[in-house]
Amino acid sequence: MAGPTFVADAPDALSHVALESLTAIYHAPSGMTHLLAPPAPQILAALANRPGTAEDVLARIAESFDLETEDAAAAMSARLGELEAAGLVRRA
Amino acid sequence: MKDARLLTRLLADPARMAEVRDWTGLICTARAESLLGSLAFRLADAPVPAQVAAILEDARQDAAYARTQALWEAEMAQRALGDIPLILLKGTAYAAANLPAGEGRSIGDLDILVPREQLDTAEAALLAAGWEWVKEDAYDDLYYRTWMHELPPLIHRDRDRMIDVHHTILPPTARPTPDAAALANDSIALPNGMRILCPEDMILHAVAHLFADGDLAGGLRNLWDIDRLLRRFAVTEGFWARLAARADRHQLRPHAARALRLARRVYETPIDNSLAGRAHATDALYIRRLLARDGWGRERRPFTRLGFYVRSHWLRMPPLMLARHLLTKARKPR
Amino acid sequence: MRHRLDLTIGPVSFRIGSAWPQPIAQLAALYAPYPKPAGIADFTVRLEPEKPWRRLVRPSVAIHGDYTLPDAAPLPLAQGLLAAEMGMNLQMALGQKRFLLLHAATVERDGHALLLTGHSGAGKSTLAAMLGEAGWRFLGDEFALLDPVTGLIHPFPRAISLKNQSLALFDSAAPDRLGPVLKGTPKGTIRHLRPPADAIARMAEPARPALILFPRFNRDFEPETRPVGAAETFVRLTQASTNYVALGRPGFDALTRLVTVTPSFAIDYRSGEEAAALIDTLWSNAT
Repeated sequence: MAGPTFVADAPDALSHVALESLTAIYHAPSGMTHLLAPPAPQILAALANRPGTAEDVLARIAESFDLETEDAAAAMSARLGELEAAGLVRRA
Repeated sequence: MKDARLLTRLLADPARMAEVRDWTGLICTARAESLLGSLAFRLADAPVPAQVAAILEDARQDAAYARTQALWEAEMAQRALGDIPLILLKGTAYAAANLPAGEGRSIGDLDILVPREQLDTAEAALLAAGWEWVKEDAYDDLYYRTWMHELPPLIHRDRDRMIDVHHTILPPTARPTPDAAALANDSIALPNGMRILCPEDMILHAVAHLFADGDLAGGLRNLWDIDRLLRRFAVTEGFWARLAARADRHQLRPHAARALRLARRVYETPIDNSLAGRAHATDALYIRRLLARDGWGRERRPFTRLGFYVRSHWLRMPPLMLARHLLTKARKPR
Repeated sequence: MRHRLDLTIGPVSFRIGSAWPQPIAQLAALYAPYPKPAGIADFTVRLEPEKPWRRLVRPSVAIHGDYTLPDAAPLPLAQGLLAAEMGMNLQMALGQKRFLLLHAATVERDGHALLLTGHSGAGKSTLAAMLGEAGWRFLGDEFALLDPVTGLIHPFPRAISLKNQSLALFDSAAPDRLGPVLKGTPKGTIRHLRPPADAIARMAEPARPALILFPRFNRDFEPETRPVGAAETFVRLTQASTNYVALGRPGFDALTRLVTVTPSFAIDYRSGEEAAALIDTLWSNAT
């Protein structure tokens, strides 16, 4: 069961600044500032102009990030839902 | 500065800058009429005093930010509404279509039009995507749903921005009854899939908003929208004939005529004389009301204003309903 | 408007109109040594009666201007000076777009600025006022103005708002620096103190931020210093800013730059002297 496909804006739509373990992000299309904890910044990078489902994203970030939970797919879907509500990813 | 006359002259013709003696008063009046951004764009290349230039630059930045926010709200509404056709109205429409009317415009809530038969679906989709009702009151809710031309106001839970979902451009109980189906059918698609009204309907919506939907508060800004839209679209072939035909269709002909006459007198807008018709004695009263703002930003001419306030409610509802509505409003604890 | 005063404070000028003479007279006395503005006002404040008869009968002052809060309660005429100050705060909070506004008190030494930020009532104004009398230059007690282009803090030295117990600390100030004692205001007893002469004379000189402090005054706490991380500082400063959002990307760039290069600490103190000692240590490490 693949689930919905998401996509994020191109990298030039965002400004990133690392603040200790968090990333402050300025999202130009909305004018909003977000403070994101891992793996959210990695998810955005994995979907930048590249559509993907929750499973696709898990695979793309697996090299650099270990989602240490029982049900990684469910956790990823939840993160994607949060990012969608914030406007940072949208349905493709 | 007694009233807003100099502001309107300057907007119409920036070269009249030399007539300004009291810049503080002028800027204050413009701000109070939500026209500072528009003025800042009109004077962008004018040789104004340095301090004025700095204030106007701030206003241009403000307008840019308002534009970003407005277009983002439209974007999020589109994401929530999915396949329901979304027609943008007013300032957001001008910004999305890159019209001169959008330059420097302050934009408040998101106003959209959806077909009446899809209103319930739209409501459900917005609620599911994080919008909430602003008012809890059952009576106001009934008033809105039965008699108004829009859903009760919604506000987004996280972004704190309001959306007004209309199904037509005037209350169904008001006297002119625009053709809502025509508004939707003749709407124009933008590259991003959102829609705007056709040019004649955009102008007529501004006309309806100016006269039949308000007490003329914010009227100068509304009339400026009309001026900018007219100048932009009058250059197209057959425009005036289309505007007249459309005005008839929406039962807004006399309102459109008056709007044209007022725009000419206030902003020197080039207009079609046959559509504008002859001046009415009451035109002067409207102008008096529209210009009633002094150099400290205060509204003046209280009796003229009161007359227009009562009139605006009278237009929205038949007298018996109005009396009942005002009585119920007065009785409820604040 | 019958009565009028124009004021320049740092980079901002105000035009203040009033239906009554007293608030204007009190403002004029408090701001007497400030430079007279020459040109065009950035913001307008209007002190008006809600209804025409309230100008004379139980006179009460409603605060209006370029920007207004529709539900704000009017103040009695005796507190007209406070209404004027609140009016100026409101214009800045809602209308200032050239500088990023941080809700902080600021003082300067050797070209570097110390920002004191945190909740209202935590003691920032009093601390800044005291430091201003003890070798530091006072830059402001309500708003710190951060220039997004240069990253410098610009002085905005309005009259300092002393509240309740703090009044007693400045009894010995020169009488012409003090406004009337205002009792029964929404925040208790308030008295305004004109900033020191050098704060006024040098109000066009900005300073580079060097240290951010979150001071907390409480007689029951042990004095303590705790470092605050950049992320926490960032969040707390955005919450304390009224115009961060409106400044868009320049605001983001300016604030992230500020928190990544400027050390931040929380300090708990029981007295002004204790605070000054804690500050001296942190300051010499930071500059």
